[in-house]
Amino acid sequence: MKKTGRLIGLGLALMGLLLTAGCGGGETTAEKETLMVYNWGDYIDPQVLDDFEAEFNVDVIYEEFATNEDMYVKIKAGASNYDVAIPSDYMINKMIKEDLLLPINFENVPNYDLIDAKYKDWSFDPENTYSVPYMWGTIGIIYNTTMVDEPVTSWEILWDEKYEKNMYMLNSQRDTLAVAQEILGISLNSTDEQELEQAKQLLIEQKPLVSSYVGDEVKDLMVGGNAALALVWSGDAVTMSAQNPDLEYVIPEEGSNYWVDSMVIPVTSQNPELAEQFINYMCRTDVALKNAEYIGYNTPQVEVFEQLPEELTSDENFYPTEEILNNCEVFEDLGDAQPLYDRIWTEILAS
Amino acid sequence: MKRNWMAYPYFFWMLLFTIVPLLMVLYFSFTASVNGDGRFSFANFQRVLDPLYLNVIWRSVRLAFISTVICLVLGYPVAMLLAQSQASRQFTLIVLFVIPMWMNFLARTYAWMTLLERNGLINTFLGWFGLGPYNLLHTEFAVVLGMIYNFLPFMVLPIYTVLNKMDPALTEASYDLGATPIRTFFRVTLPLSLPGVLSGISMVFMPAVTTFVIPQLLGGGQFTMIGNLIEQQFLRSNDWGFGSALSIILMLLILLSMRIMSHYDRDRGEGGGFF
Repeated sequence: MKKTGRLIGLGLALMGLLLTAGCGGGETTAEKETLMVYNWGDYIDPQVLDDFEAEFNVDVIYEEFATNEDMYVKIKAGASNYDVAIPSDYMINKMIKEDLLLPINFENVPNYDLIDAKYKDWSFDPENTYSVPYMWGTIGIIYNTTMVDEPVTSWEILWDEKYEKNMYMLNSQRDTLAVAQEILGISLNSTDEQELEQAKQLLIEQKPLVSSYVGDEVKDLMVGGNAALALVWSGDAVTMSAQNPDLEYVIPEEGSNYWVDSMVIPVTSQNPELAEQFINYMCRTDVALKNAEYIGYNTPQVEVFEQLPEELTSDENFYPTEEILNNCEVFEDLGDAQPLYDRIWTEILAS
Repeated sequence: MKRNWMAYPYFFWMLLFTIVPLLMVLYFSFTASVNGDGRFSFANFQRVLDPLYLNVIWRSVRLAFISTVICLVLGYPVAMLLAQSQASRQFTLIVLFVIPMWMNFLARTYAWMTLLERNGLINTFLGWFGLGPYNLLHTEFAVVLGMIYNFLPFMVLPIYTVLNKMDPALTEASYDLGATPIRTFFRVTLPLSLPGVLSGISMVFMPAVTTFVIPQLLGGGQFTMIGNLIEQQFLRSNDWGFGSALSIILMLLILLSMRIMSHYDRDRGEGGGFF
């Protein structure tokens, strides 16, 4: 009995603490505006968010997603009021078509002028009515030079039985399918069922060699030397090779996917003006530099590019030349063929 | 009438969070989108019958079954040990057994990832003896291990509860009448503990057959189970119809296994039962 009494006492004391803590917090937050940001995992310098909160006297609620498809499903369901999201090109196109985005008032985003024209007016949002570029990059192979002796030039190395259970692929349908599409020499935006069946067969063939289909955990796994090869996004490769000098990144000669992730305002936003302020803030040179240095992805900003270390910006694998980029393809929204991709991806995973 | 009003909140709870969602799942499972319109259709269930997906269902049942059997074999002796130890020590043992469950399930599964990695703790340890490194993570072994580790307490605790309540006079009587310990176990202890065993089996089999986190993290997307397929349909592919059809099949599967269990459990005594 004594024990129970003490336990109840402890419980009550804890509850009291929580209640007072809750009240204390409530008083101050009531006056502050809140901004809900929905971004990829590991895709911002957390300091930048703290600074924004302090500078603009707001609360930022920050949530993360692992793939464009995850993000789309959540925003489409409309259950959460995100003010800013940062999807990729083809997904932005899909969201524009489905009226999921608000046009941006560029009077509130003067820093848009700092962005290199190369990354503006892409076909997914021809006049950048809805989106402001945040980062860009490619996909490629990261390999551990202590485990791979041969030069890595082709995607086909991911089908080499020498590396059985010694490689990771991405648990992201467009990116992993892109590898098979590059090998087969078909478009990354193909909607031809036969071509896609071929790509599916190729990936099913590869499946016994793959150790696992991963997301952001690939970084820890590769840095820890757990596998020889992995399919990754270019910026993550920068982070990984900084932590483990044995890791090198390459864009295979067949070509790759060239993408840009941009900031958008979903229609569910409660405070589009604050969202625009945030987007403008993210485009400020000092902030964009912090982000680019922290996450390793390619900046679309002219000044930031100049301020980055030269050994990074002169590396063709990370900042590819025009020639390499011309050999790459941008993902487009698949429209009615999306269910076909979904089915094929489900079948690959289920096999 | 006086007692009944107490049940109303629960009734509404059930209606709102069990009955309505179930009907929605049923509705979606029989709806296929044709040119953007929802139409009544069996297409989703036809797709489930594809050998590819039947294979996934079979894999789920097989892995869950293996885990349940191993949990039973490991769990029963533990439960007996707990029930037979001195009262003062019993408390400590149970607390020790339950402490890992205070930690989040996901965190515990992530911990196994670092243990099983190629450069993880286990392989490093084996390396000292000149063994390995072995591919432990992202294997069927890792998935089954994860299930056993996470669900073992659900096997041990119901069996322990039943054994603990059992009158020690019964086993003593068995010994007095000349039965060997083995005979006593099979003729007295085991039959009396059957309700605990059966509820332990359902408590382990059900979360095991439906899990999606364990095969995702420890199997690395290589050993897709029915839970992963359902998650995929709702969170990535946006195909609620197929996801719902899979959910209905999963529910039928569980109902079937419960039916089989209750067949063996006609004369269950008091205590231990959860379903």
